[in-house]
Amino acid sequence: MKASDLGELALRNLREAVLRNSLTTLGVAVGVASLVAMLSLGVGLQQFTNRRLASSGLFNAIFVAPRTNFTGFGPRAEAPVEHPRPLDEAARIEMEHLAGVTEVYPQIRFMTELRYNSVPYTTVVAGLPSSDRSDSAFDGMQGRFFSSQTADEAILGIRFARELSPKDTGALIGRDLVLRYAARQPLNSSTEASDAGAPPKSPKSGKGAHSDSGADQGLSGFSVVPRKKTLRIIGIIKSEPEAGFGGFRATQVYIPLTLAQTLQATQVSDLREVLQGPGAGEGQRYASLTVRVKSSSQVVAVENEIKKMGFRTFSLFDASRNLRLLFALLDLLLGIFGSLALAVATLGIVNTLVMAILERRREIGVLKALGAADRDVKQLFFVEAGTMGVLGGIFGVGMGWFIGRLLTWGTNFYLHRQSLPSVDVSAVPWWLALGAIAFAVGVSLAAGIYPAARAARLDPVEALRYE
Amino acid sequence: MNGTNDGQAIRAESVSRHYQIGEAVIRAVDGVTFQVERGEFVSLLGASGSGKSTLLNLLAGLDRPTGGEIWVESRSLGAMSSIELARYRSHTVGMVFQAFNLLPRMTLEENVELPLRLAEVDRAERSARVREALERVGLGRRLAHRPGELSGGEQQRAALARALVNRPSILLADEPTGNLDSKTGAEIMELLREFNDKLSMTIVMVTHEAALADRFSDRIVTIADGKLLSNVVKT
Repeated sequence: MKASDLGELALRNLREAVLRNSLTTLGVAVGVASLVAMLSLGVGLQQFTNRRLASSGLFNAIFVAPRTNFTGFGPRAEAPVEHPRPLDEAARIEMEHLAGVTEVYPQIRFMTELRYNSVPYTTVVAGLPSSDRSDSAFDGMQGRFFSSQTADEAILGIRFARELSPKDTGALIGRDLVLRYAARQPLNSSTEASDAGAPPKSPKSGKGAHSDSGADQGLSGFSVVPRKKTLRIIGIIKSEPEAGFGGFRATQVYIPLTLAQTLQATQVSDLREVLQGPGAGEGQRYASLTVRVKSSSQVVAVENEIKKMGFRTFSLFDASRNLRLLFALLDLLLGIFGSLALAVATLGIVNTLVMAILERRREIGVLKALGAADRDVKQLFFVEAGTMGVLGGIFGVGMGWFIGRLLTWGTNFYLHRQSLPSVDVSAVPWWLALGAIAFAVGVSLAAGIYPAARAARLDPVEALRYE
Repeated sequence: MNGTNDGQAIRAESVSRHYQIGEAVIRAVDGVTFQVERGEFVSLLGASGSGKSTLLNLLAGLDRPTGGEIWVESRSLGAMSSIELARYRSHTVGMVFQAFNLLPRMTLEENVELPLRLAEVDRAERSARVREALERVGLGRRLAHRPGELSGGEQQRAALARALVNRPSILLADEPTGNLDSKTGAEIMELLREFNDKLSMTIVMVTHEAALADRFSDRIVTIADGKLLSNVVKT
């Protein structure tokens, strides 16, 4: 028989015992739904955890600081070095060129004054690297992310936004803020710039470099001059972006990191720089740098390289590998429990098809008398089983997804009452949906093997004997 | 002698069908030898349990003999694989039964289409052939009816249409009038005669009614207890 005829006859047969076949299909659907719901829970929790870990920057970031021969808490870990290598732009670029490194950026945070409608507010401003774009804090934000790393734009935290405009925070987007800050100005250099974030002119190095023309070798001080800069508000976020070690804490105003660097605003760590003696004035120094690597598996290698360069590093070990193993085990267990219902549904298919054979004995006999080969009869039953599998699979994936949504909804209802932020505990990725349908079809076909063989073996003479 | 002569449609040579039930051996058909010429209308006459239906099933390829050999149009049924036998049932023979055996949930059109589906005939060709077959038995206007909506005689006509839709050369009929009153039965027999005359179909009919066999067939083969009793060509 041709495939189209097989399909037509199979559908026709399924429709003829519509209640029984619907119930059997529903059984498959419930089985698939329980499997999908269980696995979606596993996948959802894994995604949630991975997202949190990735966005926390804890597992793919290395914290780098210069060796300071710091003494204070406990025994010294390293032998003191006479001339610790400064953490300057050259070192930053060198680190950026290490294999697996995606970004190396300083942490820039400074306390400053902002004016909105001429009312002054004191707050902390932080520079955001472009990689933070993928941070979950920017999902569903009002407005948008920075158009470029040098744009004169600002994103506000919701708390500060409410302070500025209690009634409608959305109205803030597109309005201007005036940032007033204390800029470092190298000693002996001109003080022409007064407004604008143009970096101080530097004869020997590029952006952000600290000019030192004609300075004394032992002198690395700077003067502090007030400056202002107008920033456009382009977005408002509800939660703080994660920032790896240190974090932003209480920061409520974010500007692009490159812009923040060009501002040359004084930071707390600048004071230490002043004291660092000879060589300290040769360029911009960073108190610390954060090195982001592509994947957490590269952290150890990159960290070793940086140590060889003569810096102190800090990172968390690759804990995500163990985490993956844990989740694989969890998925396996959830999958086994979820499959139990599908196994029961399989018995339902066997039962339904065996019943169908008893009922359709004469029909099978007629088909054979009219020229159906054993193979045709077998295929007919297989297609019927497979159809129940496909329909049950599709319906079951829908149900499983719905159960997952209900679980998420219930969890978030509970979390909300505990005043905790909501989470997505279940997820049905396409591979799970397709895999579940394929599994349902496979299992249904397996369930059809016995009934199909039995139907094909049916003796037509017996089946057609007049009763 | 092997195979069939040019003029022979069917040749059965010492055909037996024995069943083993426990210790007992039931000889439903026991060493039957006979031939059917092309275009002949032969009746297999016998009392119930005589083995005539079993013999018909052997000719139809629905069952295999335990002994002997059957040739249909020069081909040995015993040498055919089960798939070849299915093709044989589909293309070479058509069957009608006492109980009609139409599928109750299908319309007449769908019932008659079934052999065409099994023979993998193109869809485009099917509906014309189904219509033609149903018109030939006088049911051209009942295409959309289900068997339950028809009288017994009409159902048997539909079954005849189904048997000839694939244009087989041989029609095997198992008590085709057994469920019908004599008037309707006679109508069905007239149709069989018509097929025999106009379409040159070879017909083998199983019946227990000597009168019917006598009135309509060319030759009567009488069977009793699985054995051939007489083989009478009517004059």
